[in-house]
Amino acid sequence: MNIKVLKDNSLSKLEMRELYAASLIEMIEGGEPIMITDADLMRPIGILPYLKKYPENIFDCGIAESNMIGVACGLSAEGFIPFTHTFACFASRRVMDQVFMSGAYAKRNVKMIGSDPGVCAGLNGGTHMAFEDVAMMRVVPEMTIVEPTDPVMLKNLLPQIVHSYGMTYIRLCRVQTEEIYEEGSSFELGRAAMLRDGGDVTIIAAGREVIEAVNAAKQLEKMGIQARVLDMFTIKPIDVEAVVSAAKDTGAIVTAENHNIIGGLGGAVAEVLAAHMPAPVEMVGVKDLFGEVASTEVLKQRFGLTAGDIVAAVQKVMARK
Amino acid sequence: MVSKEKIRELKLFAADIRIATLEQLKAIGIGHVGGSMSICDVIACLYGGVMNIDPGNPRWEGRDRFILSKGHAGPAMYSALALKGYFDYEELLTLNRPGTRLPSHTDMNKTPGVDMTTGSLGQGFSSALGIAVGCRAKKLNNYVYVLLGDGECEEGQVWECAMFAPAKKLTNLIGFVDYNKLQICGTVEEVAGLVDIGGKFSAFGWHVAEVQDGNDVEQIMDAISLAKSVKDKPSMIILNTKKGKGCCFAEDVFNHNMAVSAENADRAIAELKAYKESL
Repeated sequence: MNIKVLKDNSLSKLEMRELYAASLIEMIEGGEPIMITDADLMRPIGILPYLKKYPENIFDCGIAESNMIGVACGLSAEGFIPFTHTFACFASRRVMDQVFMSGAYAKRNVKMIGSDPGVCAGLNGGTHMAFEDVAMMRVVPEMTIVEPTDPVMLKNLLPQIVHSYGMTYIRLCRVQTEEIYEEGSSFELGRAAMLRDGGDVTIIAAGREVIEAVNAAKQLEKMGIQARVLDMFTIKPIDVEAVVSAAKDTGAIVTAENHNIIGGLGGAVAEVLAAHMPAPVEMVGVKDLFGEVASTEVLKQRFGLTAGDIVAAVQKVMARK
Repeated sequence: MVSKEKIRELKLFAADIRIATLEQLKAIGIGHVGGSMSICDVIACLYGGVMNIDPGNPRWEGRDRFILSKGHAGPAMYSALALKGYFDYEELLTLNRPGTRLPSHTDMNKTPGVDMTTGSLGQGFSSALGIAVGCRAKKLNNYVYVLLGDGECEEGQVWECAMFAPAKKLTNLIGFVDYNKLQICGTVEEVAGLVDIGGKFSAFGWHVAEVQDGNDVEQIMDAISLAKSVKDKPSMIILNTKKGKGCCFAEDVFNHNMAVSAENADRAIAELKAYKESL
């Protein structure tokens, strides 16, 4: 792991999906036995332009997510490494039994992209706004859950995901994201990335909340509070060592996630602390609510997912030390 | 045309599969008698006359694949696997015992010769499609066989599969429906309005063969031969079967998942042995 953190966080030039598609194609050209399938969302995930050139490796299952997962599990039985894609809501709740039985129970090797999780669903609204996908996937034995933060991380993680056998759920925002890491940074699946160190409190964030955590830490610094910031991009298996060290070194934890606080990153961190190193925790996340229609930024405010909300949580948790 | 001698051999094999299945269910005292017995004849055809397999090398790359999508009929499949030498016959008596390699529903990670884990209805069909796509991509010159229950065809996923296979021209796929007309709570027509399964697959673009007596190995073999001659679409063979077929204490009673007493099992086995003598 070799992480360089950018000082300023502007929007990425490439969209996550462009990088996702290009990386998979690069690996196919490199001879990886990758199959890409989809449920009529190849255009939104950026794969469609490659369909004609790689008909052996890319095909559409149509709007039939259950069959898509099953077909992928069958491909895995033949030694292929299938990638499936649909929106996070369908990639989790619609196909849970297929993921569980044909996938995880059968010890298959399928890489499942759930795109536009939580507030990233924006104008698709509450019907499409998955605040529960991580919770559902976490209770599936042997499932790996990854939420890449920015294009640099995504590019670095995809080959690791391809080379690590097993069912993997990848929570992916499709569009531009704030750049967090310098080009050339490298990451290790299962290990949290420390963006900054501090001794007063630790903010453990994932996905779209990492930028909020970074901004919160800057504000806290001005207030004289030194926050450690961890990017917990592998939500399962969670980096137990990093969580325990954070509790030991800073004595208070704030989690931040674009997800229901029940069963998600906050829950995962709390489970580790309860077992190894009890410490006060405040969870920034969706408080058991359904989603609704709005822009991502408005939704972050609506559900209390902003840097300001993290700062408030830090003040609260430090008072509980 | 299959030779008379081969037909006799397949009938004997089907009877042996029934006997071995009863031995398993007798040992544990309960199980899916009806749906196991109804498929013994197609299983005999596949493992005794059709599939290109190597029991000494269950994962041989060039083999034909078989997915038992109605996974609860595992005991019938285990019987064929044991009789073909994938594992010892005595192991059949471990069915559903703690630590067994032979669980109720077929499991690719436990049992030599099982190509895919099944049990949640509808899912094995999708897996079979993925396996067929994969075999074609690897340019294997083989067939993928999948066996569905009729009640299973009430699952929506089955009809996602029905649309997928012809669209992808999966000509290396041959499916079967065990159309025994019964499910747990009644007939498939009473419970779910399920009629004319063949007509439905036909409408989705499959080659469909209706086998009048799905417990007659000769008719099954003819239907498989015909399916193999179809070169532009996947095939679905509708087997009009009898649930509990060939098991005297199970025919014409509720037999989906039932108690199997030693006395009943022994009686049924004795009848099957007498039937073998008569062939």
